[in-house]
Amino acid sequence: MIYRESGDFKTSYHGDQQMFPIALDKWFVILVGSFAFLVVPFIINDYWEKSVLVPVLVWAMAALGLNILTGYCGQVSLGTGGFMAVGAYASYKLTTSFPELNLFIVVLLAGGVTALVGVVFGLPSLRIKGFYLAVATLAAQFFLVWLFNKVPWFYNYSGTGMITAPERFVFGVAVSGPNSPPWATYLFCLTIVVVFAIIAKNLTRGRFGRAWMAIRDMDIAAEIIGVPPLKTKLSAFAVSSFYIGVSGAMFFTIYLGAVEPTEAFGIDKSFLVLFMIIIGGLGSIFGSFVGAAFMVLMPVLFKNIMVGGLGWPTDLVAHLIFILIGGLIMFFLIVEPHGLAQLWRVTKEKLRLWPFPH
Amino acid sequence: MNKTKFVTVVIAMMMTVGTGGVSADLVFPSLSYRTGPYAPNGIPFADGYADYFTLLNERDGGIGGVPIRLLECETGYNTEKGVECYESTKGEGSLVYQPLSTGITYQLIPKATADGIPVHSMGYGRTSAANGAVFSHIFNYPGTYWDAASIIIKHVADQEGGSLEGKSIALVYHNSAYGKEPIRTLEELSKKHGYSLTLLAVDHPGQEQKSQWLRIRQERPDYVLMWGWGVMNQVAIQEAANIRYPMDHFIGVWWSASENDVLPAGEGAHGYKAIAFHGVGSDFAIYDDLKKHVVDTGKAAGDGSYLGTVLYNRGMYAAVLASEAARKAQEIHGVSDINPEQMRDGMEALQLDQERMAALGLENFGPEISVSCANHGGPGLGAIQQWDASAQSWSLITGFTGADRDVVDALIAEDSAAFAAENNITARDCG
Repeated sequence: MIYRESGDFKTSYHGDQQMFPIALDKWFVILVGSFAFLVVPFIINDYWEKSVLVPVLVWAMAALGLNILTGYCGQVSLGTGGFMAVGAYASYKLTTSFPELNLFIVVLLAGGVTALVGVVFGLPSLRIKGFYLAVATLAAQFFLVWLFNKVPWFYNYSGTGMITAPERFVFGVAVSGPNSPPWATYLFCLTIVVVFAIIAKNLTRGRFGRAWMAIRDMDIAAEIIGVPPLKTKLSAFAVSSFYIGVSGAMFFTIYLGAVEPTEAFGIDKSFLVLFMIIIGGLGSIFGSFVGAAFMVLMPVLFKNIMVGGLGWPTDLVAHLIFILIGGLIMFFLIVEPHGLAQLWRVTKEKLRLWPFPH
Repeated sequence: MNKTKFVTVVIAMMMTVGTGGVSADLVFPSLSYRTGPYAPNGIPFADGYADYFTLLNERDGGIGGVPIRLLECETGYNTEKGVECYESTKGEGSLVYQPLSTGITYQLIPKATADGIPVHSMGYGRTSAANGAVFSHIFNYPGTYWDAASIIIKHVADQEGGSLEGKSIALVYHNSAYGKEPIRTLEELSKKHGYSLTLLAVDHPGQEQKSQWLRIRQERPDYVLMWGWGVMNQVAIQEAANIRYPMDHFIGVWWSASENDVLPAGEGAHGYKAIAFHGVGSDFAIYDDLKKHVVDTGKAAGDGSYLGTVLYNRGMYAAVLASEAARKAQEIHGVSDINPEQMRDGMEALQLDQERMAALGLENFGPEISVSCANHGGPGLGAIQQWDASAQSWSLITGFTGADRDVVDALIAEDSAAFAAENNITARDCG
């Protein structure tokens, strides 16, 4: 009745091409966005920042990146952890070499470095596909983590191989280091993630995204109609790695503050991000957010219910969480193989027809 | 739409966290790990830590009349979960954090200092935190990794008749901040004593060590040292037994020194050595009280089977030191319901002599401890313990000795100065 396009006439190309063609959608997104920007910073505390919102934003950024590569361009990658490590170490080297550099610029430059590394490791994708490519990107994962462990230059010759984020300021407010107020780190991550989500959304609606999707759906046909595989695949690797690098940089500077490569950027991180986009929905910007939120928040939620609420032993709960999360992943994939984003898409279709489905 | 309902539940559940209780109690968080590859070592420690506080509650009604509330939070030895645990418990008035993980300790050093909550990384964490002038809220008494490395080298030198010239020593270490800690000291000592050092890294979780032990088999170093944790210890000792490496030339740090580590290798582990900073076994008066008030009343954290094992003793020792510091803080400030800053003062003024240890039922359990503003690393004494596979017990084969202070103190001063410069900290004046 309310939620539909009919009656909502578009009289210009601009209006016709907007990101959210349904007025209600648009208002909903604007409302959520202004709540996130204008209300949350005033009510956020340390726990919400460090355990809920910042991790979700950081992982959403990584999921966006992998979704561009895997969801839109169809190139399976297991190198996400390694690329996040590149972002983290690039930001560390940049911010310790140029302490007066604004952290926004540091994070974006770290993304740029990761994009270059991503292109190098994307080269095999021109020859190999599917599972074989996954194995080739696995090499990136192990090589990069090994490299950051092996070469002391990357961690400024510290005795333990740990890198620690120094205190850095944006507009006079600390956003990294222990004295940063929760609202500042949250707004820093939120701004980056929202801006790049909008860019990703528009990239995927435009020429680049269409080329990626053509390659994904059938690479030979795409080549025949004039989509250059080299440029398309490598651009997907570059953009995807940029996003993942930015996420890795935020993961290190804002979220954790101190990391060591083997634990923070291990192969389990690559799988985690892959699960996020599979659960959330391959080839969906919204799905990246939902998937990241699902994988980050579910364990915290279960922990709070079972340990905090019911007072169960912590080890029992830790094991139960494994079982429950695994069960939920299977449940959602059986109910909706295309991910949580598809559930929303179906709901939207139903809403459009409601209350006269036929 | 049930989605809204779900989100409401999520928010409602999360809101319950972080709202602190106001009742008068002393909150001791326990960032434990009873799951994952490090659980074999995490469980006995957590049990010992919990049981001693239960004992204080049951027997004495807490510390200074204020009951103790233990907040256990599972980290799985994972830094992200550790951060979540820290954030979710710090609002409850937590007095001191003991994360039992060097990685999590590195996370907490800046955070806890900013929040004014002390961290006690007992024999782990960042070694240079021993310099209390720079690390105001971090304590690592009664000993540090660099003390351990130096004492082990001293023991090796004793075995070799005083000189290590031309000897070869290999270090098998967990490829993390924890395992890399002793390298600086061992390198420094190798310059001084003239031995050659081979570094063999083992990646997390440490189940795969074939190549490292193949190299040891080929190169036959005179001594092998180990900085391992969790399942890595068991695998390393089994591998050493497999290549018939002489076990009395294989020496672990105090975290590679528990029954769980040597039992799987059976007879093969006989003679394995490790350093210790406290006594072994259950031959202490406190165990009578623990049995009476905790185990027999069914209030033990575990099934009671770990009593007297190395890591249980260490968890209990950690709780003893924490409660003694809390007592000291109550004494200094004249209030019984202390806050974290007061707890910090208590830790910095902690004096534990043998008389007090005996009163606690821990006669000759460990060396005397005296913490000061400048020295957060305690006495830095260690003894060598050896495993007897037929009796299935550890025994101390040397007395408690000190580290090579010239080498260790210089390294601590250098590293803490680097940390202070990096983080714009001006060292406190410790008088």
